Amino acid sequence: MTQLPTSTERKLGLVIDLDTCVGCHACVISCKGWNTENYGAPLSDQDPYGADPSGTFLNRVHSYEVQPLATSAMPHPAAQLIHFPKSCLHCEDAPCVTVCPTGASYKRVEDGIVLVNESDCIGCGLCAWACPYGARELDQAEGVMKKCTLCVDRIYNENLPEEDREPACVRTCPAGARHFGDLGDPDSAVSQLVAERGGMDLMPEQGTKPVNKYLPPRPKDAWQGQTDVLAPYLEPVAEEPRGFLGWLDKTLEKL
Amino acid sequence: MHPAPSIILFTTLSGLGFGLLFWLGIDATAPTGWVAFAFFAIAYLLAVGGLLSSTRHLGRPERALKAFTQWQTSWLSREAWAAVGALTVLGLYAYFLVFFDTQIAVLGWLGAGLAVATVYTTSMIYAQLKTVPRWNRWLTSVLFLATAIAGGALLSGRVSIAMVLLLIAGGIQAWWWQTGDRALRDSGTDMASATGLGKIGEVRAFEPPHTGTNYLLREMVHVVGRRHASKLRLIALVLMMVLPIGLLLVPFSHVFGLLAVISHVAGVLVARWLFFAEAEHVVGLYYGMR
Ligand code: SF4
Ligand code: SF4
Ligand code: SF4
Repeated sequence: MTQLPTSTERKLGLVIDLDTCVGCHACVISCKGWNTENYGAPLSDQDPYGADPSGTFLNRVHSYEVQPLATSAMPHPAAQLIHFPKSCLHCEDAPCVTVCPTGASYKRVEDGIVLVNESDCIGCGLCAWACPYGARELDQAEGVMKKCTLCVDRIYNENLPEEDREPACVRTCPAGARHFGDLGDPDSAVSQLVAERGGMDLMPEQGTKPVNKYLPPRPKDAWQGQTDVLAPYLEPVAEEPRGFLGWLDKTLEKL
Repeated sequence: MHPAPSIILFTTLSGLGFGLLFWLGIDATAPTGWVAFAFFAIAYLLAVGGLLSSTRHLGRPERALKAFTQWQTSWLSREAWAAVGALTVLGLYAYFLVFFDTQIAVLGWLGAGLAVATVYTTSMIYAQLKTVPRWNRWLTSVLFLATAIAGGALLSGRVSIAMVLLLIAGGIQAWWWQTGDRALRDSGTDMASATGLGKIGEVRAFEPPHTGTNYLLREMVHVVGRRHASKLRLIALVLMMVLPIGLLLVPFSHVFGLLAVISHVAGVLVARWLFFAEAEHVVGLYYGMR
């Protein structure tokens, strides 16, 4: 049913740390790897080795350059480069679900995960139009809608070792920039992280109430003069050349 | 948004077909016999042809019947019901007109209501999308309804009514364009809110996630055709409104009537092409495009 549940028992989702992400795209690859051979149809590629390759991905990493505003303390602030992973945000008010004519798209009551039942999907693409975040892609080979499953086939999978029962992207991230947990529980590690770091919603004005949160980059620190008690010992010892070099310097000066 | 020919054809043709059905339904002195047959055949060809063309847009057309299930939330599902309802009721109405020379007015009125409802549900598929601010307005529904009813009047040969309605539809179209140009700006969604990075400073897309294209860019970020938008708007208005009215002003003949219809349809097709090509989906902002 494409009616959204009024509330869900848990709100499983991701917290993505924009301060830590190094833009390596490892989560993109591990996501594609896991999801192409597990839940649902494989994630196809078109013309993968040709001149115009494209393919279905459930997670992609953008990179942005942000130019901070000049202040009196920092008249020429350096631009910051921010890597920005983006997958389905498992919105509470998911517009992608209510537009679906077939009931293929749904939000689970037990954990809030938004999924597509591929055997019901007619591939009309309307849900992808309704998602503001570009989190849904129509697979060109299969003709059905693909999206992040929050690795529903890992997180409850008793056949996997305990430490692997989290999303592939989270498990893979070498920088620890992706965190998985229950954002409906204020005591969970992810909720604490969001509270501590001022986690934010993307496009709040769209009214989708995303479950996934983004942690903003921390302010960059600046050079504040002397930074260490040992620093003076590292200062250059000879300001002026002495000895033979000093004589040479002076002689050449006089010529 | 990508101007897919199948969807442009669908909204144009089925809009016109349901517009014609509306007029046939409310006609107090509806045609009977072969004349009725001809009118209804044209209307059904347009309406059904448009609907069939829209299924070409589906990834899995063989499952299209499933689209009837979610009428409680989905405008696309409601559209399917309204269309089938209108075509069934008016089919029955036409059956009695053609074969028994009998007009069952109640069926006509009911069918006309359903035909208008179908056009409204079509418009709501677009107007409901907050992600496309240019579409996300009540005026979009007014535009679809006005265009369909004006086109239907023209096609059913109601010369004087058609002239007035064409003028109104053209006016609404111009108004929709005019106000649509600032819809994205007024929506408050921009790169700053999309990335949440606006608090730090000005955000610029540095590197996209993929070197080639993808479904999102093909489907939702269509920036190529906008260059000639203002010229195309003028062409659309001339074809859909000015020329047909001019042709109707000269003493009526079937040739001029036909030319007026062709010109109108061509104009609506251009306008619908722009409807898609000019529409900015907010996902483009993640790519630094609009
Ligand atoms: S991010 Fe997009 S696809 Fe995911 S729940 Fe929200 S609207 Fe739906
Ligand atoms: S593409 Fe599939 S999941 Fe999306 S709205 Fe259409 S039928 Fe529903
Ligand atoms: S949770 Fe799973 S499906 Fe979603 S982005 Fe991560 S790896 Fe991909």
